[in-house]
Amino acid sequence: MTARLKEVQALLERTPFARYLGMRCEMQDDEMIAILPFQDKFIGNRAINALHGGCTGAFLELTAMAGVFLQSDMPRPPKPINITIDYLRSAKGGEDLYATAIVHKLGRRMASVRAEAWQGEREKPVTALQAHFLVPQDS
Amino acid sequence: MSDDQDMMLELIKEHASKVMSAVPWAQALGLQLTGIEKGRAFARVPWREDLVGNPETGVIHGGVLTALLDNLCGVCINTVLTEPKSMATLDLRIDYMRPAEKGRDILAEAECYHVTRNVAFTHAWAYHETREEVIATAAGTFALNDISRWASGNEAVEMVSKILGNKS
Repeated sequence: MTARLKEVQALLERTPFARYLGMRCEMQDDEMIAILPFQDKFIGNRAINALHGGCTGAFLELTAMAGVFLQSDMPRPPKPINITIDYLRSAKGGEDLYATAIVHKLGRRMASVRAEAWQGEREKPVTALQAHFLVPQDS
Repeated sequence: MSDDQDMMLELIKEHASKVMSAVPWAQALGLQLTGIEKGRAFARVPWREDLVGNPETGVIHGGVLTALLDNLCGVCINTVLTEPKSMATLDLRIDYMRPAEKGRDILAEAECYHVTRNVAFTHAWAYHETREEVIATAAGTFALNDISRWASGNEAVEMVSKILGNKS
């Protein structure tokens, strides 16, 4: 898993938008944790100090993609088919975001994955995402 | 069709340039509001190297579309409200139909097709040039809250709120 995590990290490093977000992935107790250190540009509503839904959504889509990539040996990243994002709580500005992905199914052509993001308490996720990805066929 | 509704629409139109520039993440991604009508809003995001999701193809990352469509759905809801309300995305579903092409602007359009006291329902499309070349479609549901609980960094909508508030 550790060797594959290095490939996930390399993939994020060569993806311009992942670099623009500044996200990274680590292994903690056999679980991949994605981390998004806070930046001012992520704010969606200054008055209530909330992150933009498009920012947490993008972070979760990349986390889901990384989760599928980690648990497979596909040479290229999977392509998103669709995503559904549930906004559960307001994500606060000034705090980092964390996320994990659970791959429900990794088939030959399709992958189904859920990702959840939290800030302070893991038991209180701020945003959840369900996604389907197309598994690359030229492996 | 009430006067208040028309006034909200006119005021949002007048201050259209502030509707997205007051939102840091929209500003960071270069989202531009290009038009507003009753129940509809239009926007553009120019292609940029640092928004790319696949360095081999130069395709813009889906996360940029998420921000674009989410924000635009919120704006289009404002055009059908009779009073300013706070707004929070409940859920957003995005279907990726085809990848955006390298170097081309992405246009978007959002429509609010039903609104109740507490919830607004929207559809949105992202495309190149025309809706024939659709890149992604979205369905978004938004929770609406009373103005008493409302706080927004959106100057244009705050202005509408003030004017409508003073009027009644």
